[in-house]
Amino acid sequence: MLLVHCPVCGAEGDETDFHGGGQAHVRRPATHDPANVSDEAQRDYLFIRHNPRGLHFERWRCDRGCGKWFHAARDTVTMEFKAFYGITELPPRELMEVATGEWATYFKDILKAEKSP
Amino acid sequence: MKSRYSIFSLARNAMNYHKDWERAWRSPNPKPEYDAVIVGAGGHGLASAYYLAKNHGMTNIAILEKGWLGGGNTGRNTTIIRSNYLQDASIAIYELARSLYEGLSADLNYNVMFSPRGVLMLCQTEHELRAFKRTAHANRLAGLDCRMVSPAEVKEIVPIINDDPGCRYPILGAYYQPRGGTGRHDAVAWGYARGADSMGVDVIQNCEVTNILRRGGEVVGLETTRGVIKTNKVGVVTAGNVSHLMQTAGVRMPIESLCLQALVSEPIKPVIDCVVMANTVHGYVSQSDKGELVIGGGTDPYNNYSQRGSFPSLEHTVTALVETFPIISRLRMLRMWGGIVDMTGDRSPIISKTEVKGLYVNCGWGTGGFKAIPGSGFVFANTIANDRPHKIAEPFGLNRFTEGRLIDESVAAAVAH
Repeated sequence: MLLVHCPVCGAEGDETDFHGGGQAHVRRPATHDPANVSDEAQRDYLFIRHNPRGLHFERWRCDRGCGKWFHAARDTVTMEFKAFYGITELPPRELMEVATGEWATYFKDILKAEKSP
Repeated sequence: MKSRYSIFSLARNAMNYHKDWERAWRSPNPKPEYDAVIVGAGGHGLASAYYLAKNHGMTNIAILEKGWLGGGNTGRNTTIIRSNYLQDASIAIYELARSLYEGLSADLNYNVMFSPRGVLMLCQTEHELRAFKRTAHANRLAGLDCRMVSPAEVKEIVPIINDDPGCRYPILGAYYQPRGGTGRHDAVAWGYARGADSMGVDVIQNCEVTNILRRGGEVVGLETTRGVIKTNKVGVVTAGNVSHLMQTAGVRMPIESLCLQALVSEPIKPVIDCVVMANTVHGYVSQSDKGELVIGGGTDPYNNYSQRGSFPSLEHTVTALVETFPIISRLRMLRMWGGIVDMTGDRSPIISKTEVKGLYVNCGWGTGGFKAIPGSGFVFANTIANDRPHKIAEPFGLNRFTEGRLIDESVAAAVAH
């Protein structure tokens, strides 16, 4: 049983009060560059998923509370939530730094950009 | 070559108080080099190794398992075997598997207890009835022995079913595959392991692969917890753990790992002699030879590697089945467990070459892999041996996600989606 906290309305409840929405921070290629969407980019957007054994970043919805979508960082082995943050936000910096695998690759450029503004 | 199991070997060993049975398979140390290595000794991996040796004469091969043989989803599923899928590509592979199951005990000289007791898929809404009629037509065109049955006949096949037409989800009919059924999951793993071992395949347990080694876009070996093994052909068959292993070879997978739970009740006298799937309410049930009701449902809806599911999913499954079979409402449940299933976007498996030469992958069986074990191993072994996809495996390539050529079984497949 997961205990989830909504960062928007502050509601707290178990997983049946919320709805898991899968991987977070998926970028739709057509939004950024509609003229140049390769088959591979569209495949990655629709089907390829980060599937880490460990720290993962997801979307959740506050089903029986405010109804808003938000982000969560969760460990897929221990099931422990590490952070809840807004739908337009990036994860806390310390979590981006410890992310592994494909998430580490994803956050690398963002962290680099933050360091050298 | 091992001595064959038979009534005579049974009698001979009975004389000696069963003290002299030989080990069913060896426990060899890994050699430094193999012609091919299969990663993951579950049903699909063991079947792949077996058919590589048997059909393609590749006996200098190994199969590596991080835990114990058949200790993942092969030992955790609800053992349902059927082939009545909607799409032609799915029908071909699942029916190949089902038909191989029919002769498997004789082929392996190992009783896999295949029991073609019939699979009954209930229609509990008008939508579901129409959808199954469509599947029935598709299956008849493909030559499968399946048919729609009336509510009266459902009651005849499963007398304990709730046939109250006023209940929330009344039985409007069912889709019936009489040649489907169940098998003994452990025996399938053990039988394939013994068969592969007797042809010289090294079955190596407690050996986790940590890295796939490449040179110039080709596989050259594997790093394992028991040292480096050189090989030019690697077949990855690691179900829920496929993503992070393939990532060590730079291949990203369209897979999410979820937890699927199952449970068994205390043993009772025979009440149900077929498999019943109630897809609308999310539950399925059959009765084991020991008398336990074997129950399964849908996956937990978020990524999970813990092999432990959450309570709401179980409650949902049990609630559904109590509604469908009121007499089980006071049964106590003995055990529950979870397995990590590898789900693809279209709910069809992946049997594929990859952009890395010599690296093959067989995964994505999601919630319904057990039924496909013999067929999956058969075509995957062929794919590895010939370095080109077997005709039946071809539609299941990784390239289908780039080409948009999906094999959509997300509605037709079964309960758990």
